[in-house]
Amino acid sequence: MDVLNLAHGSFYMVGAYIAYSVVVATNSFWLAFLVAPVLLALLGAALEVVFFRRLYRHGHLAQVLLTFGFTLVFVDLIRSQFGPTTRSIAPPPGLGGAVELFGATFSAYSLFILGVAIGVGALLLLGWRFLRVGAVLRAGVEDKEMAGLLGINLPTVFTLTFAFGAGLAGLAGVVGAPEFAIYPGMDASVLILALVVVVVGGLGSIEGAIVGSALIGLGYVIGTSFFPQFAIGLIFAVMAAVLIVRPSGLLGRRS
Amino acid sequence: MTLGRAASARYAAFLGTLAIGLATIPLWAPRFWIYIATQALIFAIFAMSLDLLLGYAGLPSLGHAAFFGVGAYACALLALRDVDGLFPLLLVGGVAAAIVAVPIGALSLRTTGIYFLMLTLAFGQMLWGLAVNWVSLTRGTDGLIGIPRPTLLGLDAFEISLYERGAFFILCLIVAIVTFALLQMLARSPFGKTLEGIRENERRMRALGFPTVRYRFAAFIAAAAVAGMAGALAAMSNGYATPDLLYWTVSGLALVAVVVGGARSLIGPVLGAFVVVFAQLGLSTYVERWELILGAIFIAFVLFVPGGLVGLVRRA
Repeated sequence: MDVLNLAHGSFYMVGAYIAYSVVVATNSFWLAFLVAPVLLALLGAALEVVFFRRLYRHGHLAQVLLTFGFTLVFVDLIRSQFGPTTRSIAPPPGLGGAVELFGATFSAYSLFILGVAIGVGALLLLGWRFLRVGAVLRAGVEDKEMAGLLGINLPTVFTLTFAFGAGLAGLAGVVGAPEFAIYPGMDASVLILALVVVVVGGLGSIEGAIVGSALIGLGYVIGTSFFPQFAIGLIFAVMAAVLIVRPSGLLGRRS
Repeated sequence: MTLGRAASARYAAFLGTLAIGLATIPLWAPRFWIYIATQALIFAIFAMSLDLLLGYAGLPSLGHAAFFGVGAYACALLALRDVDGLFPLLLVGGVAAAIVAVPIGALSLRTTGIYFLMLTLAFGQMLWGLAVNWVSLTRGTDGLIGIPRPTLLGLDAFEISLYERGAFFILCLIVAIVTFALLQMLARSPFGKTLEGIRENERRMRALGFPTVRYRFAAFIAAAAVAGMAGALAAMSNGYATPDLLYWTVSGLALVAVVVGGARSLIGPVLGAFVVVFAQLGLSTYVERWELILGAIFIAFVLFVPGGLVGLVRRA
């Protein structure tokens, strides 16, 4: 969509906290799994219509500034509702144990996360490449006026896409909640990583995001094993290198 | 901005009143508010340096806090090794930041716009990561603590301790005023005008024969140096230097200050810095949800008052 949204991490955070609330209230992880993405999608749609729409023509800096303002608001809302302490929820029954695969032991939940990621990735890839929706979106970003002239209702498409993205972030928040800590500042840490992945993988490319996350994820783990001190720095060094050599990312569409 | 005679006079009067008003703070304000005002002045210097970059050169940087932090750590490292003297410490802050800015600028300035934004973010985070992990130098997340404030002058007769009530505040005020004056002169100089031209239309400036990258590079280094100096002041003020000074959210708050105050005016970021710091430190004592309020104000400004507080005045 060519929108730089710093509040995307906040969507992830809200998703995690929704998961926490639902699990605490109903003890059902799967309910949260369904509820959080839907709620986030609605939130995303509302934000897009009320705020983001005005900023498409103002460029990226305005978007950065606006969404940064949103991160401040979201963090404070979460903190006022849930307090600053770190929360956690347990994985759902059935996914809590360990699994033996190829001679090594893996946590069942990690494999679940992997499965969800693969599923979502495949869905997005197919949708982007083969469904009309993907083509419409690509066209709308490439040439707004032309797409409008061809009868595509771009504002609605953008709203829906934004909502879908927010919903996915919420899903990520739910899925990640049992694995990672839930605290009011979690949006910043995940956002930075997501930005690195997107930049490295390539702006405007789903394949790129997949490749990027695999690279960064592996790189981070390998880096922590060999040079634990500078693993974080390594990630950003990679990002900087990619931006300098190929600003649109490894598999990016444009430069 | 070029003003007519009357408007110039009003502007000068405003600046004068502001400066004098600020100078009286140590006389009547409680110690806590003097502390907040000091932090605000330091942040104002930092924000002014960002305005040079963003408002005048048109370079949106999300990594500017890195230079602030580098300055703080440089000052801290020297102060903890018993280097005394205000000017050397300030100078070291600025120079250290400028040195770090050379490779970062050289690489980042190959890009513009959103890519520059992300690249500066990346470099800023790299430096933050360095601050966190290079424990032997920076003591990691514990930070460097126990930084003493320098003695002002070597002359016993004029010895004023910077720990006395309001003394450090006045020092920061003087540094802020001097920085403002120098940056103002820079902005109005041919260099500043060229910079603005490059911001408006780089291709045309290049066609006119200006070495545009060199100008932007110079602005980048200058802004980093000023930020580093502000960082040194911060280290002296707080007595410690920690990695969170370099985190990208600090750069973000500086952007808030510049936008709310009004970019490309130098005085706007000062006002904006006061808004941000008072919201952060002052408002938080009365209102729990200060971040919410600041965020909401900021959002409102981005949407409806993009010119900031200064923009409101300019419209009037």
